[in-house]
Amino acid sequence: MSSSSTLLDVRNLTVRFKTRDGVVQAVSDLSFALRRGETLGVVGESGSGKSVTSLAIMGLLNRGYTDVSGEIFFEGTDLLKLSNSELRKIRGNDVSMIFQDPFACLHPLYRVGDQIAEAVRAHSDVSKSAARNRAVELLGQVGIPNAASRARDYPHQYSGGMRQRAMIAMALVHNPDVLIADEPTTALDVTVQAQILELIDRVKREFDVGVILITHDLGVVAETATHVMVMYAGRAMEYGPAEEVFAAAQHPYAWGLLESMPTVEKRLDVLVPIEGSPPSLLRPPPGCPFHPRCKYRFEPCDSKLPTLVQMPGGHLDGCLLPAERKKELWRNRLAPELGLPA
Amino acid sequence: MLFYILRRLVWTAAVILAVLFVTFLVFFKLPNGNPALRFCGKSPTEQCIQLTTIRLHLNKPFYTEFGYFVKTFVTGDQDGWPGLGYSYGNYVSVRSEIIQRAPRTLWLIAGAAIIWLVGGVAIGVLSAVKRRTIVDRLAMSFALFGISAPVFWLGLMALYIVWKEMGLTGGTGYTPISQGIGHWFGHLILPWCVLALLYMAIYARLTRNNLLETLGEDYIRTARAKGLSERKVIFKHGLRASLTPIVTIFGLDTALLVGGAIITESVFNLQGLGWLAYNGAITQDLPTVLGVVICTASAVAVMNLVVDIVYAFLDPRVRYA
Repeated sequence: MSSSSTLLDVRNLTVRFKTRDGVVQAVSDLSFALRRGETLGVVGESGSGKSVTSLAIMGLLNRGYTDVSGEIFFEGTDLLKLSNSELRKIRGNDVSMIFQDPFACLHPLYRVGDQIAEAVRAHSDVSKSAARNRAVELLGQVGIPNAASRARDYPHQYSGGMRQRAMIAMALVHNPDVLIADEPTTALDVTVQAQILELIDRVKREFDVGVILITHDLGVVAETATHVMVMYAGRAMEYGPAEEVFAAAQHPYAWGLLESMPTVEKRLDVLVPIEGSPPSLLRPPPGCPFHPRCKYRFEPCDSKLPTLVQMPGGHLDGCLLPAERKKELWRNRLAPELGLPA
Repeated sequence: MLFYILRRLVWTAAVILAVLFVTFLVFFKLPNGNPALRFCGKSPTEQCIQLTTIRLHLNKPFYTEFGYFVKTFVTGDQDGWPGLGYSYGNYVSVRSEIIQRAPRTLWLIAGAAIIWLVGGVAIGVLSAVKRRTIVDRLAMSFALFGISAPVFWLGLMALYIVWKEMGLTGGTGYTPISQGIGHWFGHLILPWCVLALLYMAIYARLTRNNLLETLGEDYIRTARAKGLSERKVIFKHGLRASLTPIVTIFGLDTALLVGGAIITESVFNLQGLGWLAYNGAITQDLPTVLGVVICTASAVAVMNLVVDIVYAFLDPRVRYA
């Protein structure tokens, strides 16, 4: 398969949770694509629908309480049309996932090596010892020293970074095509964060996978992502190649995220927070979901829901401001403030 | 580990001693009649009362009597070790009385424990997996019934329906296993079921709640993300983690029944240890009560130790030094 083939093609993904208080509009009309060798960084605040999107791809949302519509094509098959048992064959085999909190994600009562071996045997009919050998091999590959003996350890004997490495090893046992990493570094020390990101990047090249990297940390995305999707209130606000989004962000929400991102040069007192908090997804505001917090809102924002449109630079943006005005704002206000070339 | 067990056993002895002392205290604060009076029958002579009072150390303060008791316990009496003395009521050796009664109670507990553990966990798992369906509601209604139904009523109803009306089982009383396994089983099956029902209901609820809580853990999501079958997710990952607290309670529950299955033993006339303790208590027969208290306290202490050791095997995070 060529390196540019599309692995995942998500079209108009919409997720609704039925709760006692009403219907939560967790994800609305989301479309994106992922190719081999790409890292798609999905950025947004808590509750913006990032994790729900990944769980929808994995088929891990409880079908009893959730309505998922749209299409998720994985190598031509619509995952949303598959039965539970067909999905199970894809989970952990073609599409793998690692999670936010490696402290809670490994079973406390089983040896790390055995948990990985179990993942091996979930999709291939090999002997227990062969599966165990594969587990040791992978633990070595993700950088666990003395893998053979550490495989016999329990999760509580691992450090946080090692646990996340073990999770990555577990995700890789069947050479998946897609690796979804849901905030993989949030629960880790800063020094370890960099190592894990590096590992994910290395794994992406060595195993030739497409990575979806979910995070609320723009810095993480800036380091590793080839593409960026900014999500807000369950919708994509801006989506395109990373260098374009970072060099010429178009959406006021993306601007807000950039302005509130601390860097070495920027001191805390010059950080500009985005005022207010994300809307309730039980009753999202009419029009653009970001308009109540937007500094640049104007007359149609509270009534007209913007669609993603192609910007002159080539990436997609969902803001109603005229392109000229956005270019001007970026050149005159944002770029100087962020220390970027206009 | 060995040192840990030794240390625990020493503690166990201390705990049993403390329990005995408290039992002594309670007994001597009771508005009791004079045991010597009862001991000497319907027309007691002054001589007999005096003799008995001296032989039973009734004329001495309770701590002296306690000292004598502990001394006989440790060094043994004519019947051997441990010396538990003689019943005030009929001067029968408490040790032989307990040895005679203990198998009845132990069989009762063993059978009932198997039934309630297997049944309770099975119902709990079913109920958790089929959560919010009719199966779950039926199972939890059953649990509510099991918890609310009084044992004496259940026992009498079971005897009336299954034994008297349908003639399916043996009646009341205990038949030793040496007189045929069929008779033994026929006499025990009803007490087993009746005693097990309450605990089964409690364990079903406990299992259901534990399992539901475990199934919400992140590592269960990991198990699903691996592509494991739902059966494996629930049993290997979910149930395995929810069983550890149940093991703890199971150990204590069985131990407490050693002297505590009084109602079941009375309704089915099994005359086990609970029945013995009850009779000892209402006739102010101190040695008998103390004998059963020692049995129960030892059972609780030993089961506690067993549970702790089993726990270390079940949960790798627990290690004893």
